[in-house]
Amino acid sequence: MNGRIIAVHGNLVKAETSTRVVQNSVGYCVRGDGTRLLSEVIRVRGNVADMQVFEETRGLRVNDPVEFREEMLSVTLGPGLLGGIYDGLQNPLPKLAEQVGYFLTPGQYMTPLPTDNKWTFSPAVQTGAAVQAGDTLGTVPETLFEHAIMVPFGWRGTYKVQRIAEPGDYTIEDEIAVLSDDSGQEHPVRMRQTWPVKLPLCVARQRQMPQDPLVTRVRIIDSMFPVVRGGTYCIPGPFGAGKTVLQQITARHAEIDIVIIAACGERAGEVVETLRDFPKLQDPRTGRSLIERTIIICNTSAMPVAAREASIYTAVTLAEYYRQMGLNILLLADSTSRWAQAMRELSGRLEEIPGEEAFPAYLESRIAALYERAGVIELKDGRIGSLTIGGTVSPAGGNMEEPVTQGTLKVVGAFYGLSRARSDARRYPAIDPLESWSKYRGIIDPAKVAKVRRLLARGNEIKQMMTVVGEEGTSIEDLTTALSADVFDNCFLQQNAFDEVDGATPADRQIFAFDKLLEVLELEYAFADKEQARRAMVLITDLIRNWNYAAADTDEYRDRLAKIDRFIATKGQES
Amino acid sequence: MRKYYDDIRRIAGNVVTVRASDVGYDDLAVVSTGRGDSLAQVIRLEGREVSLQVFAGTQGVSNNDRVRFLRHPMQVPFSNDLLGRVFDGAGRPRDGRERINADGVDVGSPPVNPVRRRMPDKMIETRIPMIDIFNSLVESQKLPIFSVAGELYNELLARIGLQADADIIILGGMGLRHDDYLKFRQTFEDGGVLGRTVMYIHTAADPVVECLLIPDQCLAVAEQFALQGRRVLVLLTDMTAFADALKEISIIMEQIPSNRGYPGDLYTQLARRYEKAVDFDEAGSVTVLACVTMPGDDVTHPVPDNTGYITEGQFYLRNGRIEPFGSLSRLKQQVNGETRDDHRAIMDGCIQLYALCRESREKRDMGFEMSPWDRRLLKYGELFENRIMNLAVNIPLFEALDRCWAILAECFEPMETGIRQSIIEKHWPR
Repeated sequence: MNGRIIAVHGNLVKAETSTRVVQNSVGYCVRGDGTRLLSEVIRVRGNVADMQVFEETRGLRVNDPVEFREEMLSVTLGPGLLGGIYDGLQNPLPKLAEQVGYFLTPGQYMTPLPTDNKWTFSPAVQTGAAVQAGDTLGTVPETLFEHAIMVPFGWRGTYKVQRIAEPGDYTIEDEIAVLSDDSGQEHPVRMRQTWPVKLPLCVARQRQMPQDPLVTRVRIIDSMFPVVRGGTYCIPGPFGAGKTVLQQITARHAEIDIVIIAACGERAGEVVETLRDFPKLQDPRTGRSLIERTIIICNTSAMPVAAREASIYTAVTLAEYYRQMGLNILLLADSTSRWAQAMRELSGRLEEIPGEEAFPAYLESRIAALYERAGVIELKDGRIGSLTIGGTVSPAGGNMEEPVTQGTLKVVGAFYGLSRARSDARRYPAIDPLESWSKYRGIIDPAKVAKVRRLLARGNEIKQMMTVVGEEGTSIEDLTTALSADVFDNCFLQQNAFDEVDGATPADRQIFAFDKLLEVLELEYAFADKEQARRAMVLITDLIRNWNYAAADTDEYRDRLAKIDRFIATKGQES
Repeated sequence: MRKYYDDIRRIAGNVVTVRASDVGYDDLAVVSTGRGDSLAQVIRLEGREVSLQVFAGTQGVSNNDRVRFLRHPMQVPFSNDLLGRVFDGAGRPRDGRERINADGVDVGSPPVNPVRRRMPDKMIETRIPMIDIFNSLVESQKLPIFSVAGELYNELLARIGLQADADIIILGGMGLRHDDYLKFRQTFEDGGVLGRTVMYIHTAADPVVECLLIPDQCLAVAEQFALQGRRVLVLLTDMTAFADALKEISIIMEQIPSNRGYPGDLYTQLARRYEKAVDFDEAGSVTVLACVTMPGDDVTHPVPDNTGYITEGQFYLRNGRIEPFGSLSRLKQQVNGETRDDHRAIMDGCIQLYALCRESREKRDMGFEMSPWDRRLLKYGELFENRIMNLAVNIPLFEALDRCWAILAECFEPMETGIRQSIIEKHWPR
């Protein structure tokens, strides 16, 4: 023990020490009953270190011993992460439940990866080869992927392979290679390595421009406000607008290799839903269970606040690790506001001078630094890996002017603004088509998208005018335009997440449906009166919606499509 | 040997700072004054100085009064004898009967490991159509009722408590008027559920710190019952009073306020309580219903706002009705697919039409001409409000669904409802 507690306030502990202290290193506060509570040094003043404790501080006393370590807060990387369910500090929750029971008792830590699992190793280099940090030494199969065993990322310079393991079964603790450095000193390599969570992990030849569309099968996203692999997006919205449902749908349907879900300071129930559902759900593209491509990091709202701050970093580091294998990763962070609030709580306890709404002044730079960890990288061997980050934001009072939303909007490539008006009217997903934007190019020709956006904007204007001049003061052309905008909204932008077919639309069907709707919208209608216009629009809405519910290549599908074509052919006159 | 400390350095607000050694963070203490004893809790340790939050307030505490430390955190006695009893915020009996003699359990236990939670899948039928059809209540859900002063939210809470079938009801009253407390008691007595009810009541006249302890005690007891396999319903009213007590104390503690004077950790404080709602794998469950009064009917006020982000939905009680817009049960999808095949279709269809009806009403109120479609919507709105939204309606779910179909058939053609064909064919009244 090289320190002792001198003050406790909430989860902040001040400890006095006579030895050297490293900023952001970990330490343990040792409670009277011997329980060791993991902590992180966040400020050093003279021989006093301020530490945030990742657990409840209940029962700590002045003069209790503190054990300072040299290493920074790190995660363990290696085969066995996929399908894992971890807390914010990478403790495996299922194993904790087995050993500890219903509750997450403070001071219980476990190794993140199973140490007795055997992995079938195939070497990829030969003795004598020169290798550098991040180079693949061999692979092991992990669920659907060839998991690369890489030279530890923190090693500098070039190494020579002295020995490499024969093909065969090994645990993550077994030595699979021995490398020697310039001075001839030998370093053993195991399948697992560690990396400090707060440092970006990126060993690459270069970063590339993200431009490959990431299909989420949510129509309004893919067609109207696309996101690309390696891009970033944010979903701000008031509570009840459907942020979490949207994240869950994306986690299921996104066309990507690996999804990492960071449930940060949100409801435990939602995590439970994911971890009970995913093992049962099948990934339609691979036929395997969804959990096999998923890692869940959960620090729910009732779990200690300091670990919440760490959980996002834990998640992004795991994502970066798999990106180093040339895979496409999607990190879904729900919600980044809770992460920001965790920083605020801590900043308050540290008595730092507060910025806007008592958030710390460094809030924006932290947000920017997090989203910057996304991106497409070209690995040294030419393979491409990508990390896409999508974060929800929970603005206080639904007010988008607040600092977290504003700080996020500055750095992301797409913005899906959820609106309470739309969710109140059960128009899901409640992404506001007039407010949202994306800087990326998606699966639909941008000229067509622009056309539809103009229609939606015009429809909105007309409807606002109608609240003043009434329907009788509106021309039949304007009314038809407003109704057409509604048709597009009802039939394309809205999607029933709980329907098997409508809930996920593949890219080719989206393109086809988009064009079909454009045909409908661009018809030159000649309605006799407004009631007829309204009836025609009710009819076509009903036809297209039912078509959306029909599985592709069924009689139902063809039958409904034929009816839509008939409507187009007769310009809606037969309704 | 009992050790007393009497070197009190500071008395401010509800906080007393005393010099003492070997004191655990969060531990309880007893402050003895000329007026009697009060419990207190350690909220800060700094060298030899220990800050204590005194439950009964610091009025009358002098700088040479005595403090004794109990060496354990806040506990609440737990046994089946609790049933039928009433306590105050400090855990003293409020019903004039003797103290409970049982082992204490710590309040504020660690969070439940998510992998040991069951997926909520049991609907709680309340016989209120606005809840059962449109926003089903689910066992282990945490759900607030957003309301304003003057609405009968406590009555609604008591009615749900009575009609929902739970093994045990735990009522936590915070800042309650004394007659509200008596009314709850009366309602539960008349309903014949008093024998399976435990009440923790803080009235407006009691010390403010005791208000903070109400939810913790309720939830600690509820958790213990649930671990024994019982299905517990916890009713908390009013959580805004709880948040205001937090605000009062954090400002006295010189914490930097974040929004309208509330502490920066308001979200965490609320979440730690609401998240006690749980369906234990292989044991019972805790369901939490809470009243939150919105100051100035403003949902963006920090208390309802933070609550909304934590809870699994919310009910808006306004003008004596549960508002169909904004009200939401996030867990309804877990149960309403299993009730009847038309449940979801009716749920969406009726609300979408009612939204259109409101638009038509606005148009009408501005003096615009009503189209035939507008008139159909107006008629629908009227019927829907009287026969479904009215809180006096007290019918089971299936009857309520049938009633919705009857209203739709009275007002519309099948196609106009937006309900999908297969459901219409099966359920449209002939």
